[in-house]
Amino acid sequence: MKYIDEYRDRGSIEKCSQRIAEAVTGPWTIMEICGGQTRSIAKHGLESLLPSEITLLHGPGCPVCVTPQSILDHAMEIASNPEVVFCTFGDMMRVPGTNTDLAHIKAEGGDVRIIQSPMEALNLARENADKEVVFLAIGFETTAPANAMALYQSKQQGIKNISFLVSQVLVPPAMESILNSPHSKVQGFLAAGHVCTIMGFEEYEPIAQRYQVPIVVTGFEPLDILMGIDMVVRQLEEGRHEVENQYSRSVQREGNLAAQKILNEVFEVIPKQWRGVGEIPSSGLGLKSVYRHLNAALRFPQKIIYEPLSTNCISGQVLQGLKKPNECEAFGKECTPDSPLGATMVSSEGACAAYFHYQNFQA
Amino acid sequence: MKPPPQNSDSTPGESCPAPLASDDKILLAHGGGGRLMHQLIESIFRPAFQNPELETHHDGAVLDFPSDKLVMTTDSYVVQPLIFPGGDIGSLAVNGTVNDLAMCGARPLYLSVGFILEEGLPVSTLRTIANSMKISAQESGVHIVTGDTKVVAKGNGDGIFLNTTGVGAAHPFLRSHPDQIQPGDAILISGDIARHGIAVLAARENLEFDPPLQSDCASLSSLVQKLIKAKIQIRCLRDLTRGGLATGLIEMAGSSKLKFTIDENRIVVHEPVQGACELLGFDPLYIANEGCFVVVVAPDDAKRAVEILRKEQNSSVPDIIGKVEKATSPHVVLKTSVGSTRVLDMLSGDQLPRIC
Repeated sequence: MKYIDEYRDRGSIEKCSQRIAEAVTGPWTIMEICGGQTRSIAKHGLESLLPSEITLLHGPGCPVCVTPQSILDHAMEIASNPEVVFCTFGDMMRVPGTNTDLAHIKAEGGDVRIIQSPMEALNLARENADKEVVFLAIGFETTAPANAMALYQSKQQGIKNISFLVSQVLVPPAMESILNSPHSKVQGFLAAGHVCTIMGFEEYEPIAQRYQVPIVVTGFEPLDILMGIDMVVRQLEEGRHEVENQYSRSVQREGNLAAQKILNEVFEVIPKQWRGVGEIPSSGLGLKSVYRHLNAALRFPQKIIYEPLSTNCISGQVLQGLKKPNECEAFGKECTPDSPLGATMVSSEGACAAYFHYQNFQA
Repeated sequence: MKPPPQNSDSTPGESCPAPLASDDKILLAHGGGGRLMHQLIESIFRPAFQNPELETHHDGAVLDFPSDKLVMTTDSYVVQPLIFPGGDIGSLAVNGTVNDLAMCGARPLYLSVGFILEEGLPVSTLRTIANSMKISAQESGVHIVTGDTKVVAKGNGDGIFLNTTGVGAAHPFLRSHPDQIQPGDAILISGDIARHGIAVLAARENLEFDPPLQSDCASLSSLVQKLIKAKIQIRCLRDLTRGGLATGLIEMAGSSKLKFTIDENRIVVHEPVQGACELLGFDPLYIANEGCFVVVVAPDDAKRAVEILRKEQNSSVPDIIGKVEKATSPHVVLKTSVGSTRVLDMLSGDQLPRIC
């Protein structure tokens, strides 16, 4: 399969691993930002192909993991409303709010639908004219353009019975937040290829310069990730700190201008809460005032606001690369995918779930 | 032949109701035990499932049984859409239960079928499904010898739910069970994986793939009988339904308390299926199959067994995918196609399409 097979070719992967081993001299700590990359690293056992000098840290790039508990509680409150058809991406069904999750809301009679594309929400609104359709619009820059298009079309078409519960987050401010931490161990980044496909990588250049950290835009297949690591290692070894693009088959420096245009039409940058991390300035997207009438948070004001649960979950530290999942005392004991304490144990892109599924004991 | 006209004014007993037309809908009365139910049985089920045992018109079937031991299994079938590329709920219900018997090493003989129909179901759909059951039963050599029909009110069902119970003749010597598996045994797979789950998902979610994805829904009985006839030393058979290949292997490794090591390079996933899995973020190792099984055999018989499977399947896909080893804790290790290894673990819940 084109763009898959050649990036899973065993011979190329062995050569790349060898190249990294030959280049590396001293301990380097590299963070992959994206949960999709974390999953790929775990699924393909890539850490076993790296020299011991390299430590990979898993970043905050799992959209499910960083969605605040309060948004989930609000989502479940809305989904319990018998007048509402609530739609969401599949990943969100099992993420715990304070008391329950969307899968349980559905089991209790809530009309919760999994959809593949936000535009399906518009069809649901047309098909269910006597109901309110609410879409949980979450994610990074990757999901934002499609969500923005659904909002734009809803406004253009004057659909009255649709609204959006928005919790969009942005990657570069999170990277800066991690680098600003006095406890940060990150010396280089693999930036998320699909985020950069949308946004380009110009905005990473000041970060690389300011914090003197190499950033390599990287894809998701095993060879992509090893090539990205190789490029970061070479910069670290040579004392460089630039933005390089491993994922050139998809990413241009300026990104996808059409996608950015629709983002700018619908969203504006706002401060944003990240689950387990706290508020990061300018790290979210909120609806512009002309889209206020499509804001589900206003149409269905939250009635119950819970206190954040106090557990021994360290998912916030995992998301910031301060700890690895298996450094948590609860990992694999009180906290498993069947009974997760934190969102990082739920999503397939969550670092804890990836560790649990693929590395819970040594092969 | 033109059906007689409906006569709603007729006094009960004066005339028979008209045969069901294809554009009719199932009514609650079709499950009421009266004339309409009788008509449903006579116009759809009896012609489809015709066999000597059914023709006795009795409450139960009196069965000949050519074996000292019988194997019995039951399964219920709920699927949406009812008709999907490569099969329907009818073929699934026959093949699924036939395959459960086959995995016990039994020769399938008889099936019962319970229909739970939802009021409003088009009769044409029921006819299609019954006909599909007929074809699948003929292909497997089983007789559908008894059954039951209930109708639930509109909104209380999902079109059709089916339950099939199967009985088969146990092989006098073969005992297909995980406790028969020994270190050194070879693990074989009979076909490519993940087609059924992806085909049904694609049909349900209106995901269009070119070419369209087809379920692998099929009877496995004749394949297993060929292995038995060739005197292959079969330790254990497992069809790879819900949970897919990974779950089947994990269950067998756990029950046998042994380590299974399998090689990803020897497991075939057809390209459109792989593409759909990549798109949705699914791992094909965990996707359901309805026409694929794993068989653990004695190492000396492995190559011969593969040859038989390849000949019967008319393809090179069946292969030795791994081996069984001693272990302190039972588990399944996947040698990945990129040269690393990882442990396969049970999924928590269903796989859900990922966000990005």
